[in-house]
Amino acid sequence: MNPVPAIDPAQAAGQRLRERMFRGATFAAALLVLLLLGGVAFSLAVGSWPAFAHFKFAFLTREIWNPVTDEYGALAPIFGTLVTSFLALLLAIPVSLGIAIFLTELAPVWLKRPVGIAIELLAAVPSIIFGIWGLFVLAPILQRHVQPWLIDALGPLPFVGKLFQGPPYGIGILTAGLVLAIMVIPFVSAVMRDVFETVPDVLKESGYGLGATTWEVIWQVVVPYSRTGMIGGIMLGLGRALGETMAVTFVIGNAHRISSSLLAPGTTISASIANEFAEAVGDLYTSSLIALGALLFLITFTVIAAARFMLLRLDRRALSSV
Amino acid sequence: MSRRALRTFYNLLALSLSGLATAIGLFFLGAILWTLIKNGVGGMSLSVFTAMTPPPGSSGGLLNAIYGSVVMTLIGILIGGPVGMLAGTYLAEYGRTSRLSMVVRFVNDVLLSAPSIIIGLFVYELLVVRMGHFSALAGAVALAIIAIPVTVRTTEDMLNLVPQGMKDASTAMGAYPWRTITSVIYPAARSGIVTGLLLAIARISGETAPLLFTALNNQFWSSNLGAPMANLPVVIFQFALSPYPNWQQLAWSGALLITLSILVLSVAARVVVSSLAQGGKR
Repeated sequence: MNPVPAIDPAQAAGQRLRERMFRGATFAAALLVLLLLGGVAFSLAVGSWPAFAHFKFAFLTREIWNPVTDEYGALAPIFGTLVTSFLALLLAIPVSLGIAIFLTELAPVWLKRPVGIAIELLAAVPSIIFGIWGLFVLAPILQRHVQPWLIDALGPLPFVGKLFQGPPYGIGILTAGLVLAIMVIPFVSAVMRDVFETVPDVLKESGYGLGATTWEVIWQVVVPYSRTGMIGGIMLGLGRALGETMAVTFVIGNAHRISSSLLAPGTTISASIANEFAEAVGDLYTSSLIALGALLFLITFTVIAAARFMLLRLDRRALSSV
Repeated sequence: MSRRALRTFYNLLALSLSGLATAIGLFFLGAILWTLIKNGVGGMSLSVFTAMTPPPGSSGGLLNAIYGSVVMTLIGILIGGPVGMLAGTYLAEYGRTSRLSMVVRFVNDVLLSAPSIIIGLFVYELLVVRMGHFSALAGAVALAIIAIPVTVRTTEDMLNLVPQGMKDASTAMGAYPWRTITSVIYPAARSGIVTGLLLAIARISGETAPLLFTALNNQFWSSNLGAPMANLPVVIFQFALSPYPNWQQLAWSGALLITLSILVLSVAARVVVSSLAQGGKR
């Protein structure tokens, strides 16, 4: 048997040095992730300062947006952002729930993977593609076939009718909401599917054992068990919809005004920035657009953080039940 | 008995609706792809790949835009990829359960779904304002920042799949963690990490919003990183909204090109993952 070779002190020191360097590099990269978020927040705060200092609180409450007189208010973009995202979720939640149920509970094994991948691919399509599709395909269809019907059938109704007034432009708040819904569906359904898959089989089998139908098991066992995760997924989708830029820019019409009709053109925070930022002249104009960005950052950060927090708790529960 | 019939009816109704929902999702994917193929294939010719973006009314191609997209995406992934891998390595190996890791993980998840236009504003303030002009470099940095959280997430997930026994075996032979990570863990997780990089490339190559006011656009050929550079997404944006038929046709061709590349990348990434999963089962 050979004797154990003595450790070369110089070599050991070299190893320790490399260990320190590698560890330091990974640590620095991890810190950089934190720094990025901090940097984003800081630069938005600095960039938006002139606008907030000049307009004070009125920036949030005024509808006016006039580069000629240099007066800016964020109300119309905020309104458009919230309304289009709300519409998107309204349409996307039932469809996403259906897809998640189909993929986890119904689809035969051979169908699960291809359908799942196809839905995921919908998420990989760049948002600008949704934009040109929405403008050149969806909007004309809506203008010719759907919106006239909405105006005729729902327009005369009290209350609800207010939402369906004016000429059928094709583009506008409703179209933007619809395109956003299509874009958000893959994200929401992917989270819901993952959440549904964490439901222990024992619970579902207990349901079936009591004679429940598939639907009863889904609605009374799977859904209640996954509630937090589902809401997390929905809020993640909301975060997407709030910040989505290119697709909305194509189909919303870009009008800085608030209308009670869903068929009217409007604007969102991200669409305003995308449309006007590169051409914005004057410090106050630029700063007002960055201020819009800061507002969007605040809104989406809150929504995404809440969503991640809910999904975080879910992860822990999923782990503890294993 | 009628109550039972009612329950069966509800069951059938709900399950059919969920099938319908899936059909709706698939329908939209099909509709979008069909539109792209119908409008894009007609304009696909060799000149798309060999000529520059034309002025309105004359013929041309997308060569400078394709070149710009490839360059900026490559620089983006060359900066964002290594940083993301290192940070992911910290989370999976060194930090694991530390408080800092929890925070980094959370912040990374927030960045992962942060609106990309805000990243564009950030890079505008960070680089464009300082340098005094738009530049391809600023565009590449914006793309790198978007690539980082994707890479961090996939790297951490993939490193966690490497069996603990392999890491222990390496440690037991006296290897320092860096040696274990670079010589044992990285090779074992290689295909997973490659998948993460492919997904990151797929994600950033279609991004438009962060390039609008960082790289801007350029109608001519430019390989100068310090100057505005043409890129496919912004060219598609400008050409599609223009009133000129030849520009719109090029926009459709560009849209088809970019979507096909991204879908191929995404599918390739999934194939790599599934081969990894099968390798892991052995």
